[in-house]
Amino acid sequence: MATTDEAPQTDESAAPPTQRREKRLGGHDRLVIGAMLALPIVLVVGLVWVPALGSVALSFGTWNGFGDLDTIEWVGFQNYQDIATIYPPFWPAIRHNLIWLAFLFVFPTLLGILLAVVLDREMRGSRFYQTAFYMPVVLSVALIGFIWQLFYSRDQGLINEVFGTEVDWYGDPDVNLWAVLVANAWRHTGYVMLLYLAGLKGVDSTLREAAAVDGASEVRTFFHVIFPVMRPINMIVVVIVVIESLRAFDIVWVINKGRNGLELIGALVAQNVIGEATRYGFGSALAVIMMLISSIFITIYLRNVFREERQR
Amino acid sequence: MSVEAPVATHESAPPPRQEGGVMSRNRGVIATVITAVLALLWLFPLFWAVLNSFREYEYTQANGYLSFGGWTTANYEQAWSQGNFGLHLRNSLIVTIPAVLITLWLSSMVAFVLARFSFRFNLAMLGVFLAANLLPPQALLIPVFRMFREVSLPTFMSDSGSLLNSFWALILVNTAFQMGFCVFVLSNYMKTLPHEIYESAELDGAGVWRQYWQLTMPLVRPALAALATLQFTWVYNEFFWATVLIQRGDKLPITSALNNLRGQFFTDTNLVAAGSVIVALPVLVVFFALQKQFVSGLTLGSTKG
Repeated sequence: MATTDEAPQTDESAAPPTQRREKRLGGHDRLVIGAMLALPIVLVVGLVWVPALGSVALSFGTWNGFGDLDTIEWVGFQNYQDIATIYPPFWPAIRHNLIWLAFLFVFPTLLGILLAVVLDREMRGSRFYQTAFYMPVVLSVALIGFIWQLFYSRDQGLINEVFGTEVDWYGDPDVNLWAVLVANAWRHTGYVMLLYLAGLKGVDSTLREAAAVDGASEVRTFFHVIFPVMRPINMIVVVIVVIESLRAFDIVWVINKGRNGLELIGALVAQNVIGEATRYGFGSALAVIMMLISSIFITIYLRNVFREERQR
Repeated sequence: MSVEAPVATHESAPPPRQEGGVMSRNRGVIATVITAVLALLWLFPLFWAVLNSFREYEYTQANGYLSFGGWTTANYEQAWSQGNFGLHLRNSLIVTIPAVLITLWLSSMVAFVLARFSFRFNLAMLGVFLAANLLPPQALLIPVFRMFREVSLPTFMSDSGSLLNSFWALILVNTAFQMGFCVFVLSNYMKTLPHEIYESAELDGAGVWRQYWQLTMPLVRPALAALATLQFTWVYNEFFWATVLIQRGDKLPITSALNNLRGQFFTDTNLVAAGSVIVALPVLVVFFALQKQFVSGLTLGSTKG
């Protein structure tokens, strides 16, 4: 983190006023700029950064949240230790989040890339197909959980009716994670496709033609001409997929509040706050674990953004 | 640049062009067929939901879902009244519309300062907003939840007496979260504006505020429209904060209200389908009416300006 924070500043001062053309700002203008920034900064610091630090602090104590702050009992790393050793849903949740991540990468992401490559070429009905694939993207994940109940319900679902099975797809802990992932893939594929389609529009068509004239096969053209150009999109998609799999919450919450085969870290945090027992310290420790994982990818992402910014 | 290397080395080889053409035409047909089948497969879940939302539970129960018949609109009437969707739709709009407007307004100001000036803290500030957008919301849940419970509001602002269980909570949280993305997109967009317009504006004696409000804002209208479309669907669909910050049934936004249609032991999926269609309708209308804005909003964030 430290390197990304400092690098820009040294860089800015090193590559100074050559392209920048402001004169000194007047006092009035300074005031206006300050006022324009004040409210947004107060909001983002007060509702995101202060709570983030608050979670870190609370994770070292036990608190049921009812009394004042001085009713917190500080216990050091006890919560983390308990999570790893005597909290049964934790390791399943980690495993499910990892499966979630792997699944999203393998199926919807690859399919999305493939669809983008196919639909990018002028093809009859391309617009229609694109619309079909990204329509689910506008629906909320929670809603998708409800819609797919029409397929997954044990007594009224289409799958059981067609195959003559009697599986409770959302309820059976052996299969429900996969059922949820398939429903999720329905939405995710279109999202990835859309991002890559935008990236492909940026591929210089002369490059592609040159490759075609040279007799390069389409597969070769893709890997040698198109894919390198899409590198910035690849990075964005990686970050989006990781963060989405870490955040995943909505669909398991509408199904069973994240139990019985559908444990996810995001749901465990919520269970500790609005569940039967309010264990703020414990929940915060779970939240901090999520924060640590996500911060790795946020750093990677910001690095990339900053590099591009400085190139401008 | 590395991409040119393989192209150059192949220049001498005589291209088997004829064959390649035929091949790719065949392959094109296959690709089209597969894509078409997949597209139909992708449309099927929604189609199935709409279809069965118009069927009687008794009929599908007796004849199975693969039958044909039992048409009715009763599910919609029942879903609307049992789910109390009028109220919840109103709640959703009370949260979504102000949240989107405030988000766009605040982030356009930050984006303007980031794009127009080159202060030392610019990159750090962009980082503060962008990273906030990427943090998992669960990581902030407990302090935000406790803070909101502590803040008391007069009853004319929130009849629960505190920020918890009030629309203000959702508006604030959504705004704080979504600003990062909007700041990023808008500042990139604003950087593409020619700098000369500001120079001539300064010669005319326009201050910073007028440069922002009268000069920049009209020029970034396309980006604002795209973001407004996108943010509308995102805030309308938001589920996590609505679930944890709103515990009073009458304050829930519409997505969370779908649960009202599920019984404890038994669920009529046709009824749930009707409810799902009602919930999906506003975003689908926005999507079809403003598809171009929607797509460009998503892709503005991923490509440069």
